[in-house]
Amino acid sequence: MLGEQIIKGMAVTAKNFFGSYVSKDRLTTVQYPEEHLAQKENTRQFPFLVYDGEDWEKGLRCVACQICEKECPPKCIYIVKSKDKKPDYKGQLQVYPATFDIDISVCMSCQICVEVCPFESIKMDTKFELSTDDRFGGLLLTKDKLAKPNSYYQEMHPHDAAESDAVIAAEKAKAEAKAKAAAEAKIKADAEAKAKAAAAAATAPLAAPAPTTPPPPK
Amino acid sequence: MFDKLDQIFVTALHWLVSFLPEGLRPFVSALVCIAFVMSVFPGVFALTTVLERKILGRIQNRYGPNRVGIPFTKIRLCGFGQFIPDGIKSLTKEDIVPRAADKVVHFLAPVVMLMPVLLAYAVLPFGRNMTITDYDAGLLFFFAVGGAVEVSVFMAGWSSRNKYSLLGAMRAIAQMVSYEIPLILSAVTVVMIVGSLNLSEIVQHQNNYTFGIAHWHVFTPWGLVGFVLFFIASLAESNRTPFDLPEAESEIIAGYFTEYSGFKFALFFLGEYLGMFAIIGLGITLFLGGWTSPVSFLTWIPSYVWFLSKLMAIVFVFIWIRGTLPRLRMDQLMNFAWKFMLPLALINILVAGIWHYMAADWPRWLVCSAIIFGAYAILGRGLMQNQNFGKRIYRYAE
Repeated sequence: MLGEQIIKGMAVTAKNFFGSYVSKDRLTTVQYPEEHLAQKENTRQFPFLVYDGEDWEKGLRCVACQICEKECPPKCIYIVKSKDKKPDYKGQLQVYPATFDIDISVCMSCQICVEVCPFESIKMDTKFELSTDDRFGGLLLTKDKLAKPNSYYQEMHPHDAAESDAVIAAEKAKAEAKAKAAAEAKIKADAEAKAKAAAAAATAPLAAPAPTTPPPPK
Repeated sequence: MFDKLDQIFVTALHWLVSFLPEGLRPFVSALVCIAFVMSVFPGVFALTTVLERKILGRIQNRYGPNRVGIPFTKIRLCGFGQFIPDGIKSLTKEDIVPRAADKVVHFLAPVVMLMPVLLAYAVLPFGRNMTITDYDAGLLFFFAVGGAVEVSVFMAGWSSRNKYSLLGAMRAIAQMVSYEIPLILSAVTVVMIVGSLNLSEIVQHQNNYTFGIAHWHVFTPWGLVGFVLFFIASLAESNRTPFDLPEAESEIIAGYFTEYSGFKFALFFLGEYLGMFAIIGLGITLFLGGWTSPVSFLTWIPSYVWFLSKLMAIVFVFIWIRGTLPRLRMDQLMNFAWKFMLPLALINILVAGIWHYMAADWPRWLVCSAIIFGAYAILGRGLMQNQNFGKRIYRYAE
């Protein structure tokens, strides 16, 4: 009969209309500024710089190698190397960025800087509410605005952060092992040199009359 | 006491006019009535725009607008203040006139649109003794001025010098002309039964009660069919979904008001909604008892409240239909008008004649219902013949 399907369709929409007042589960949208949807694990917006420890200036992982600056497709990163050096997490003396700016009005969130960074120091942030009334200064993120602690990264991307931490730990362990080995070798060498010197001192007065003394065991 | 409340606007007008000299009274009275129409119905329009968005949102399981309330306060009123920024927006937008447009006609079209629509309110009875012009040929007047809307639509479409505008205007004319026939024919039945073109008399005719239920025309077989036909035709007349081909936004942008912006666009929008209210008001007057109450124990509620609540109820159904049905194709639209609505309207006239001449007893209910049901079934089958309602098969694509 003509009109049957129309009645059926009207019933469906009526059910939706009244249902949306009765059950909140039906409503597919959220009230945005007050409510937020949970973000996906791999959400990315703009890069930030990771630092370890409490002090961001001291703990910044970046060593101003400028690889990201060179690789950045839209050229939104600007780095100036420092004149002096400071120790990194391995205790090695490294250059650090005197200036590190990212213009997020230019950035296209491609993540290439993150891919190329050999120091696990630049990562992607998930903050997206970055609107500002100053479209030049407000969108140019300087070093102090970019620096965020490792704990923030761990909280935001637990999986990636664990991987990055493992890399850092391995590097550190390697460096420590190397240092230890070097130290041991140094101690050994020192000891050897000492023993040599002692032996030389002991043998020196007797050298003239009796050169037949056997050499010290190795 | 309720009687006084019912007549409060009428007595207020009489009181106001009584201060004036005799010669001025008709003019001032007319001006006050115009002010009344110009304030109440655009107010209802403002409310409806928000309501429409909210209801459509709820139908799609969204919230709809729920932010803007009273300006400069935290009161949100569930978003019913939305029409204020909407209105300000349309007032402050740039008024763009295409270089190739016929400027005079382009300017006049929205005005010509709004004028007949507002004129139509002159004969509608909003409440007991609340008809602005108690005109003997009220129904005829209503349809006469309603027909003038088509002129403005074509003015807008032609003067814009835009393909979309012209297409929209052509569609609008074809649609309005086609649907005006069933609209008028379904109204003719009421005139046949009541024996008057005066809308107040038509309402008065329905203001009787048997067993506490009103004698609304919609409660008779011919009235029900007449109401349904009138309802469908009024959907088409006011260019509402599923008959919104003239302004089908997914096909021809906005149809005949593609080239209108700012306040002229707002005028078109206003004219369209006011036209919708007017035609709904006429439908209420003809079939739903106008300002009368459906049951006798609710007659104490003021008549204008009944009128407005019926109006809003029908508007709700309009919006509900908009949220449900997709747009028709042009050939479907024409088929429906000429092959289904027109024959059914003619049969309905016959049924009304039978109803008038048969004795007021149960056989006439039986005979009239049987004729109408048979006609509906046969016409419906004819309309659905040769229609492939299954999955769509593409001959060349795939």
